[in-house]
Amino acid sequence: MKGKAERDRLALGRLLLIGVPFAWLGLFFLLPFTIVLKLSLSEPALAQPPYLPIVEWVEEAGELYLAIRLRVQNYLTLVGDGLYLAAFASSLRIAATATVLALLVAFPIALGMARCPPRVRPFLLLAVMLPFWTSFLIRVYAWMGILKDDGLLNALLLTLGLIEEPLVILNTETAVLIGIVYSYLPFMILPIFANLEKHDPSLLEAAVDLGCRPIVAFWRITVPLARPGILAGCFLVFIPAVGEFVIPDLLGGADTLMIGRTLWLEFFTNRDWPLASAVAIAMLLLLVVPIVFFLRLQALGRLR
Amino acid sequence: MRRGPGPFDLAALTLGFAFLYLPIVILVVFSFNASKLVTVWGGFSLRWYEAVLTNEQLLDAARVSLGVAFVTATAALVLGTMAGLVLVRIQHFPGKALFTGMVVAPLVMPEVITGLSLLLLFVSLDVPRGFWTVTIAHTTFATCYVAVVVQARLLTFDRSLEEAAMDLGAPPLRTFRLVTLPLIAPSLAGGWLLAFALSLDDLVIASFTTGPGATTLPMRIYGQARLGVTPEINAVCTMLVALVTIVVLVISILQKRRLARERIGPGPAGRNP
Amino acid sequence: MTTARPVREARPRIEPWQDPDAVPFVRIQGVTKTFGEVYAVDNVTLDIFKGEFFALLGPSGCGKSTLLRILAGLERPTSGRVLIDGQDMTDVPPWRRPVNMMFQSYALFPHLSVRKNIAFGLEQERLPRAEIAERVAEVVRLVHLEGLEDRKPDQLSGGQKQRVALARALVKRPKVLLLDEPLGALDKKLRDQTQLELVNIQDRLGLTFVIVTHDQEEAMTVGSRMAIMREGQIAQIGTPSEIYEYPASRFVAEFVGEVNLIEARFASVNGTTMRVRAPALGIEIVTDRPVPALPGEPLWVAVRPEKMSIAKTPPAETGYNCVEGEVFDIEYLGDVSVYHVRLDNGLFLRATEANKLRLIERPITWEDRVWLSWGPDASVVLKT
Repeated sequence: MKGKAERDRLALGRLLLIGVPFAWLGLFFLLPFTIVLKLSLSEPALAQPPYLPIVEWVEEAGELYLAIRLRVQNYLTLVGDGLYLAAFASSLRIAATATVLALLVAFPIALGMARCPPRVRPFLLLAVMLPFWTSFLIRVYAWMGILKDDGLLNALLLTLGLIEEPLVILNTETAVLIGIVYSYLPFMILPIFANLEKHDPSLLEAAVDLGCRPIVAFWRITVPLARPGILAGCFLVFIPAVGEFVIPDLLGGADTLMIGRTLWLEFFTNRDWPLASAVAIAMLLLLVVPIVFFLRLQALGRLR
Repeated sequence: MRRGPGPFDLAALTLGFAFLYLPIVILVVFSFNASKLVTVWGGFSLRWYEAVLTNEQLLDAARVSLGVAFVTATAALVLGTMAGLVLVRIQHFPGKALFTGMVVAPLVMPEVITGLSLLLLFVSLDVPRGFWTVTIAHTTFATCYVAVVVQARLLTFDRSLEEAAMDLGAPPLRTFRLVTLPLIAPSLAGGWLLAFALSLDDLVIASFTTGPGATTLPMRIYGQARLGVTPEINAVCTMLVALVTIVVLVISILQKRRLARERIGPGPAGRNP
Repeated sequence: MTTARPVREARPRIEPWQDPDAVPFVRIQGVTKTFGEVYAVDNVTLDIFKGEFFALLGPSGCGKSTLLRILAGLERPTSGRVLIDGQDMTDVPPWRRPVNMMFQSYALFPHLSVRKNIAFGLEQERLPRAEIAERVAEVVRLVHLEGLEDRKPDQLSGGQKQRVALARALVKRPKVLLLDEPLGALDKKLRDQTQLELVNIQDRLGLTFVIVTHDQEEAMTVGSRMAIMREGQIAQIGTPSEIYEYPASRFVAEFVGEVNLIEARFASVNGTTMRVRAPALGIEIVTDRPVPALPGEPLWVAVRPEKMSIAKTPPAETGYNCVEGEVFDIEYLGDVSVYHVRLDNGLFLRATEANKLRLIERPITWEDRVWLSWGPDASVVLKT
């Protein structure tokens, strides 16, 4: 029957439509995670690859055993060695500080954009997005030339006579903060702008009409209404900043501990793959709460 | 919002955009510096561009990066469009929640974790690492970005257009080709570009998943940047920035034109109602 | 819709539903459609004949649109069958059905010109290009879209879009044309005019139309017959006059037109005359359409306001179908006035009178004592 064959073809098409991306993501996203989890419980070794299997057939006294060796030491090291805890703590601190700074920089810009005539707004939006499209690495690199001891910022300050000798900014936490704020600024501006743009101007007029001074109206009307945009922006900056590697590596100093960089060093320099995996799992656990919060916020926004 | 920006708004915009653009402008300017010192202007010169264009290592890396980005963008467009369609159009199937999670999670996953996990997969499967492992890794996270772009477009898509096409005799696949595809094409183009840009930009995931002979451009730039600022890297960066800027601008202009044309229409007849 | 009457009267009277040998063209047999726990369409059986302009009427959410989408194949019934021209269509996908739909939103393809929109369906049939062009030109003339063929949909007015949507469906020469609230987006004047155009086109082409609407005037203007739907079920099927004059339930009586509903109890039947008592009014009501009922069974009597006579003097016979009261309010609507009469027990009845005299010359005014009376043919006894 023609109808049956056609229905079968449609069912097959549907199966393919679901199956292909499902299989891809399962194979290249989900499966790798289970491997990280497995590896975080295995023993490092001077071998290729540099770890021992956790499941093994063992013959003992002529009898065959399936031995599972889970090495909890990797996690104990994370907790026991102050270095890792410090890295986690400073990652959170730096990410949180950078998020607040980015909010302070981004809000006036977003507000200014939203107050521009609608005709101009798409161009401003494009102007905010453009740096986002250019390479992340390049934007971080650009700051190296500005912040280093004999860099442009110091040259400028010295010429103006504001300082006597060059400031040390590069390879400090300050440089890392500048780098994060700069790199993630578009992510903070966009959701806030998208929110502010939708505000009804008559709300502020009504507030003023009811006897509010403009500055009070701003605090009591605009800021509370912008809350979803502000929260979205903060999560969009905070979450990736915690795991950031490039910025602390290029702009930070040897003493700037951040967890993404620790993982990198553990993996590439110390070649301790199991410990690096444990760091990854711990970082994920740390980020689960803000990530879930963020996703729920997004889902709520979509419902509205 | 209040009509018209006040002086405070104009100041915020000026300072804000200066902050966003000055570092890039400085980078571009010093790529034309004749002096090797990054802070001292030694006159205009193209010598660093010449140096870049004769630097085989950099050119190789650029070729690898463009190749990876092209394959990635194309594969991610196909996979991401499929995933976006599944997210919006198929209401229930076993594993839908898992599917949704797998599409969204890579977007917020720290790059170091994604990179590490994929490398461990390739090691476990004993896959030789190189061009294709980087491409697979990039395709995986770019797919998720494309899926989100396509999903956003489909959520505002008027389904009755597809129903009308089917009602007029077009089976589902032809309906997709004749109605859905042309209408979501601008979003697909945007998704492709996004995937291309993300792939071209990535350092961390590529560093984990690459192998001998497949060093990407960001990896080269990173390697040299770690040793300090050089005008040669400034020149490479300037070329990349110029490329991206031109592409993004051309696309925005084309899209604006298209919108304008559709609104005004051909000939004087288009002006009335 | 008074302007519609001449057109309707001019049409030949085809009433295949009266002919026991006529074969229905569209048969909906026991169709049910559930969405989760909700019964959108609940065991509907309906026959539509060739050449009919059939209207599905009901409040929003009554399942009329779902039923139409089942006819189009856009929804699969949970159970039941759909036959069109003798063929079982239940499992046939929309793109293989000989029916076409005019969508409520028009669903014009925004990236295609008017011409390409109209030609879309014919191109799916892989017809020769010349034939497509010819048929498109023909239908463009039919719906008066000449000169707009190269426009894009967003360069058209609402009325023009509506005609493109109609042309796009008509050009396929469907066995059944489905119209989902086709005129909802138009303003009142344009809607009235388009209703007549639709009837004319349907008449001229001899096609079968099924229209979904929530507007009872529209259904009565265009429909040869109509089905009133409520909560997924069909409340009544009939010609517009049958439904208006003899509603089958209080729901239908109230949904189509205005009505006075009087609670009553069965008294007696004598040949073609039925008597009921209305205890609240303290009167007897006589009707010439008896319904089977048990003694004392609670019933309702429906009387249309325009069938009630209002007078300052009692009618010749005051024993039945007559109540006395006081004019409480008068709604002046231009062509007619509605008199709200307060009975002595506090109940209200409405009577509508055509304003043949000017306002100041009317004999009845506020607070007048009046008698309302109506004939046995005006009272319809309802059991539900």
